[in-house]
Amino acid sequence: MRLALRISLAAGLALGLAAPSFAAEVSTRREDKPAHFEFETLLGTYDRAALQRGYQVYKEVCAACHSLKRIAFRNLTDEGGPGFSVPQARALATATRVVAGPNDAGETHNDSGEPLTRTGILADYFPPPFPNENAARTANGGALPPDLSLFVKTRRHGAAYVYSILTGYGEKPPAEIKVPEGKHFNPWFEGGSISMPKPLNENGITFSDGTKATIDQQAHDVVTFLAWAAEPKMEERKRMGISVLLFLIAFAGVLGLAYKRVKSEYALK
Amino acid sequence: MSGPSTYNPKPGFEKWLDQRLPLPRLMHDTILTFPTPRNLNFWYTFGGILTFCLAVQIVTGIVLAMHYVANAELAFNSVEKIMRDVNYGWLIRYIHANGASMFFLAVYIHMFRGIYYGSYKAPREIIWILGVLIYLLMTATAFFGYVLPWGQMSFWGATVITNLFSAIPVIGPGIATWLWGDFAVGDPTLNRFFSLHYLLPFIIAGVVGLHIWALHVPGNNNPLGIDVKTPQDTVPFHPYYTIKDAFVLVLFVIFFASFVFFEPEFFNAPDNNIPANPLVTPAHIVPEWYLLPFYAMLRSIPDKLLGVLVMGAAIVSLAVLPWTDTSRVRSNRFRPTMKWFFWMFVVACVVLGYCGAQTVDATIFGIPAVWIARVATLYYFAFIFPIMFFVGLFETPKPLPASIAQSVLGKSEGGDK
Amino acid sequence: MAGTTSDSGTRRDFIYVASGAMGALAVGAVAWPLVQQMNPSAAALALATTELDIGTIQPGQQVIIKHRGQPLFVRRRTPTEIKSAQSVNVASLPDGLARNAGKDAALPASDENRVIKTEWLVVSGVCTHLGCTPAVSTAAVLQGAHGGWLCHCHGSDYDTSGRIRSGPAPENLAVPVYSFMSDTRIQVG
Repeated sequence: MRLALRISLAAGLALGLAAPSFAAEVSTRREDKPAHFEFETLLGTYDRAALQRGYQVYKEVCAACHSLKRIAFRNLTDEGGPGFSVPQARALATATRVVAGPNDAGETHNDSGEPLTRTGILADYFPPPFPNENAARTANGGALPPDLSLFVKTRRHGAAYVYSILTGYGEKPPAEIKVPEGKHFNPWFEGGSISMPKPLNENGITFSDGTKATIDQQAHDVVTFLAWAAEPKMEERKRMGISVLLFLIAFAGVLGLAYKRVKSEYALK
Repeated sequence: MSGPSTYNPKPGFEKWLDQRLPLPRLMHDTILTFPTPRNLNFWYTFGGILTFCLAVQIVTGIVLAMHYVANAELAFNSVEKIMRDVNYGWLIRYIHANGASMFFLAVYIHMFRGIYYGSYKAPREIIWILGVLIYLLMTATAFFGYVLPWGQMSFWGATVITNLFSAIPVIGPGIATWLWGDFAVGDPTLNRFFSLHYLLPFIIAGVVGLHIWALHVPGNNNPLGIDVKTPQDTVPFHPYYTIKDAFVLVLFVIFFASFVFFEPEFFNAPDNNIPANPLVTPAHIVPEWYLLPFYAMLRSIPDKLLGVLVMGAAIVSLAVLPWTDTSRVRSNRFRPTMKWFFWMFVVACVVLGYCGAQTVDATIFGIPAVWIARVATLYYFAFIFPIMFFVGLFETPKPLPASIAQSVLGKSEGGDK
Repeated sequence: MAGTTSDSGTRRDFIYVASGAMGALAVGAVAWPLVQQMNPSAAALALATTELDIGTIQPGQQVIIKHRGQPLFVRRRTPTEIKSAQSVNVASLPDGLARNAGKDAALPASDENRVIKTEWLVVSGVCTHLGCTPAVSTAAVLQGAHGGWLCHCHGSDYDTSGRIRSGPAPENLAVPVYSFMSDTRIQVG
């Protein structure tokens, strides 16, 4: 469906000018797994249950190293999002500690040098696992775990890419690939050596809705969640798009009739 | 052709206003009664579409500027806030971003149409030159605008393009530093680009005014390329062309909207969703699709200065088309040889665009893309200079029809009131 | 030239009118997001509620916090101030309405209609004249004749219930929607 749309849109480009997406790239990584997501289809929406499970995966697994700094707890209640209720989201917010402003005495750090914190509120953004880039690198062997807010949108077919990476561990590296110490073999990653250790494990977490937590399931759910995080207005956009296009087609129809009429009256009589 | 005004104001306010500021008269004479060749085809609707595109970009741009912050630390975040928090911000930004591509698509159709039907030829040289100027301003505006989201492509695009100026001998490096306001692209660069990005569209609007003013002196060219001779050759602009333009405009908007709502990131480089990082260059730097042909020319030439000059010349030399074309006939409909060269020119531009999108070391059917781009670049200039010149001299055009009316209405003369 | 009124009649007219109407509709539909984008964003709305710890405020002291970008007065009144606020004849006030967003709009401006707990007065710090922030009276420095607030911009004088007593301001200081989450913590908005 998405492919068909892409092809038709591409063909629609009257001059057939090549969009950058068609650029040929030399790649040393394995082609993405053929993962399909409902939200990638023309009118597809996010699977609510998958978003909620995906949030759980993010929180219990990814958040240990990856920030998601553009998402606030309030977003969890947004229309077109995971669909948590306000009390649920508030509970999630109050369960976290966020860095607080200076206290009445003007202190920003406690006696042991740690920043003062306060209970999170709905308006707070997800607190990052590391206070800054250097701390993140130090804790991860020099590699910087990227912020995931827009990650799915940082490459074409980002959802399939992330899914492939997450489920791409476990193979023995071929002889020609030397995996340096501290790195991990993943043929879906450029070069084959990735800093991120295998993040998902069979039944590594327990889904609160009782879904069996296979690696595939966890990967699928967290990719859905991250795709929403990158494009939170997608459902509203598609919904509005349908109305707009229907209106425009009707408008074009009426104008077409008017044009036919005026043509017979003025131009070609 | 515009002739004396036939405007007859209604007594009362209209007449009072017309005697003091003849705005109603101008509107009446340019939009309602302006005599327009009756045979303008589909391709002639793109002038109106372009006016629409400019208006859309200005309106959405003003709105975006209400939320955007031109600061290297905050720009990317402010754009993401527009996408996530501002009411309908995502819609307005996607219209603006895709609008740029639509604008260029329309302007390319408009330019190729002008070349095919010889619309640049006397007495319309100034219209054409103003058009080239508009196109030049558009590319500058688009470039400045692309920098503003301050993603990876924004940053590195700005770096590469501003470095072009460093190719100029002696003063080049100084110019680059002057453009940056720093020792590299940075906060001052972003701030001044934002200022210029906001300014230039209004200058474009002014030049568009001149473009249309100049158009209304000789009137429209037409697919036959022959002059209007009798009133039978024309119809008043309203209602025939207003409705026709509106009809095609809505079809265009359908095309536009399908990108905005269903594939809004189609034209965007995914790397631009990564905040600018001066320490890491993306693996594959490409400009927006509408600048790819010029980018291919730049890359196909191994000398830095020469590459920059050729790229600049590619746009500027369009302005001399009215004088390199020696043919007495305007429209390619009656130029059997030139027609072939024209379509080869279109193909050359598309091929250049395709080559521009490839990696530097890419091959197409076993041939290095760089060599294909060289051949296409050569043809591009050959078309504008020797081909236009010599084909015009030696070609035997087909016989032209006696008049527009005769061609459109068949043998029977007369017809319309 | 537009008016070729020949035979064809209603159908043609209908098409032209329909075209025009749809065009007008399209313009109207486009105007909506362009207007709405100027309203507070989702991020601004999310901060529309403010929580405040009031446990450390002493009697006779007020704190000013920023709520929705504007000052909000939270004043712990002394018994004298409470008595002076309660003893005013409501009928004599320039503005006889309570102006309490948490209560019925028609209630009179008695002190009890402007507070939840008499000790605590929570009012907007925006003068109802032209939006300046009035200065608060303290034991050391009295502001105005009524022990409440005096707006130095144009001399509006408010009493210890935040009601306008003299000066150009037309209304009493507004009381926002707030609630006590505990004895020492309030939530505004």
